[in-house]
Amino acid sequence: MRKMLITTALVALMAPSMVMAKDYSKYGIDKDVAGLCSYEAIDAKDYSGRTLSIITHAVPVMGEPTALHAKQFGELTGAKVKVVHVPFGDLFQRIMIPFQTGQSAYDVMFYGSLWIGDFNRYLAPVPEKYRNSKAMKLVTPNYIDVATLGKQMIQYPIDGDRHYLKYRRDVLENADLKKKFKDKTGRELQVPATWEEYDEIAAFFNGWDWDGDGEKNYGSAEVVKRDDLMFSAFISRVAGYAKHPDVKGGFFFDLETMTPLVNSPGWVRGLEMFIKAQRFMPPGGNNFGLGDEIFSFGGGQTLFSYSWDDAFIQAMEKKSRIRNKVMAAPLPGSHEVWNRKTGKWDHFDTPNRAPYITWGWTSAVAASSKNKDMAFDYLCFFSNQANTPHDLQIGRFGVNPYRSNHFDPAFWTEKLGWDAKVADSYVKTLSGMDDSKNRVFDLRVPGVGQFMSSLAAGVSEAMAGQKTAQEALDGVAREWSRIVERIGKERVRDAYANVVALEDNLR
Amino acid sequence: MLNLRHKYVFLLPGLLVLLAIILFPLLFTIRVSFSSWDVVMPGLDWFGGRNYTRMWADGRFWEAMQRLVMVAVSSVALQYVLGFSLALLVWRNIRMKRFFRVLFLVPMMTTPVIMTVIWRTIFHESLGPLNNFIEMLGLPAVPWLSTASTAVISLVIVEVWQWTPFMFLLLLAGLLSLPREPFQAAAIDGAGPVRTFFNVTMPLMAPISIGALIIRLIEASKIMETVYVLTAGGPGTATETASYYIYIRGLREFQIGYAAALSVTYLVLMIIALTIIAKILARIMILKD
Repeated sequence: MRKMLITTALVALMAPSMVMAKDYSKYGIDKDVAGLCSYEAIDAKDYSGRTLSIITHAVPVMGEPTALHAKQFGELTGAKVKVVHVPFGDLFQRIMIPFQTGQSAYDVMFYGSLWIGDFNRYLAPVPEKYRNSKAMKLVTPNYIDVATLGKQMIQYPIDGDRHYLKYRRDVLENADLKKKFKDKTGRELQVPATWEEYDEIAAFFNGWDWDGDGEKNYGSAEVVKRDDLMFSAFISRVAGYAKHPDVKGGFFFDLETMTPLVNSPGWVRGLEMFIKAQRFMPPGGNNFGLGDEIFSFGGGQTLFSYSWDDAFIQAMEKKSRIRNKVMAAPLPGSHEVWNRKTGKWDHFDTPNRAPYITWGWTSAVAASSKNKDMAFDYLCFFSNQANTPHDLQIGRFGVNPYRSNHFDPAFWTEKLGWDAKVADSYVKTLSGMDDSKNRVFDLRVPGVGQFMSSLAAGVSEAMAGQKTAQEALDGVAREWSRIVERIGKERVRDAYANVVALEDNLR
Repeated sequence: MLNLRHKYVFLLPGLLVLLAIILFPLLFTIRVSFSSWDVVMPGLDWFGGRNYTRMWADGRFWEAMQRLVMVAVSSVALQYVLGFSLALLVWRNIRMKRFFRVLFLVPMMTTPVIMTVIWRTIFHESLGPLNNFIEMLGLPAVPWLSTASTAVISLVIVEVWQWTPFMFLLLLAGLLSLPREPFQAAAIDGAGPVRTFFNVTMPLMAPISIGALIIRLIEASKIMETVYVLTAGGPGTATETASYYIYIRGLREFQIGYAAALSVTYLVLMIIALTIIAKILARIMILKD
């Protein structure tokens, strides 16, 4: 009798968990993870008869996971989910025009996080229950910062982006090549800590077949094509020279006066180095867009590259001939850093590095949406702890680590079969940026498209030899002053103060 | 009188639709060009002529206009010469005439953006097949897209490849509709093929040639997607044409009011330029005859 009672009690206790353990593996996940928007929690919701409209990027990058999780969300909740895919060049205006004309065209938007300065007044704040969810608590500070304007979180973190250095481990660890390099330069071959070292190594390994595949190899693949995200690559190149750790109050502008700093000596030095680097790029490398950079480094053509994760992930694909032959490292820095307060170059024995927390994919819910509950549930479901590990494993999805539990090397070795050393370099490089006190963020102000477009045009003129670095950046500075004047100095300053607060660690 | 009124009544719905389609967007663009509509100031405020004043001082726009003239005129001239040559080729009784007629039309039937992506791959200096081929011939690789002059040439090549078939189609239709008698008379008079071409074929083809050139110039002056995909206006600003510049200002930077002013100016300049060109062509090709 006693035995029967115990068995009954056990069954009664286990019953809820048996109900909970519903199998969702048909959705491609390993297992559901309990939480605010787990498969089970979303399955329990009923949005039948309601329609959710989503605008996102074209397939596959971000467009594919958006559609995949929209389909799953529809199946689980009964909602009708409409997904509109738009090429990147059209995404801004396709979101902005309905905002400005007062139409409630989309409930959920996926877009570049740097547009927060333009979109913020049309976005709904993320409700407290999502901000306090277990999944959100794991988002690292950098990506909470990216999602936040002032004190309000208005973007929903679904991705983590940053620029970092990628290099060929099989070259930098090769004894023969190390000797050759030392014989020629008198220096040890090691991971470059400064852009000068980067250039020197790239120059040495440029234009000859150092991997023995019968094809010539080159020094560096970079994103240089105008209007193809080149401005981000340029900011990475400049940060070490122009972001002084002890000088507060602005990297792009002097916050007090709103004078553009883009033509200051630190920026000019960065541009001069960028121009020089064209010598170590593959033929046509000075017209490389992001796609070219990914295929050049990812395909084994170059020794170095730096930008988003894509080239690294491409190199680590299962069929890649350079799988496990690449490593990640922080962006190079500089021993010389421009101090705009003293008007002099300061020397740093340890190179100054300024991690660029570059823009990436983010998401938000429109303030005008009549389906905010469903919209936030969708985003919460999109990024739940069962979906994210799945998405991180598919390179073309464009979802990169942004939660502290993504920085476990075991995840990359066990799930993707990466070599332990490669996985270790990857997670250490990425997570290390969260510890920096000298970060650079995007210019998240109204009219960021105008600022970055004119920057890209000026830099491109200098790269093409139409102007000197100083002339080109003087032209950009004049254009930036005109943009500030048109948009309104105070309006830009107010927004820029939020960026400076992040960069100066005032939060 | 009653008949005339009936005619107007029946024409009115069509005219109204036409006006709505053509006139409204044009009038709206003109109105927008006098507003400061941009990323922070939505809507149609009154900004006076400040967008136009700004445009006069915008060197990049005027340089883009000059570049556009160069690209449009050179590519259309080449399209005309090649299109006419191909049309003359298949006008004659050659073998597999029908096959060649279809073959020559293939580029025009492809999607410009997709074809430009393919051309970009072909021109890719380290991974593309064109330089491989050139190097196989023992010649040095060409920096197709990374120097100013070669990037412009590459742009013209893509335009010529894509749109020569259009010229071919119009000119072939023109050739097929020509009367036979002038050619018979020329043959009786003992005119050779060159003389027949310049004294008979060309004058007879003048009206259709002018039409084809004007249509292609209008289209070529709107060149945008080829630039966008192939070079994004670079290196520097070497391939930045007016319509690409307007796209950047309007849709990338969201300066809607300013982009509208640029568009209106561009439209007016195009109307003036093309009217003058049509008159000059008519004088050269028809009056001479």
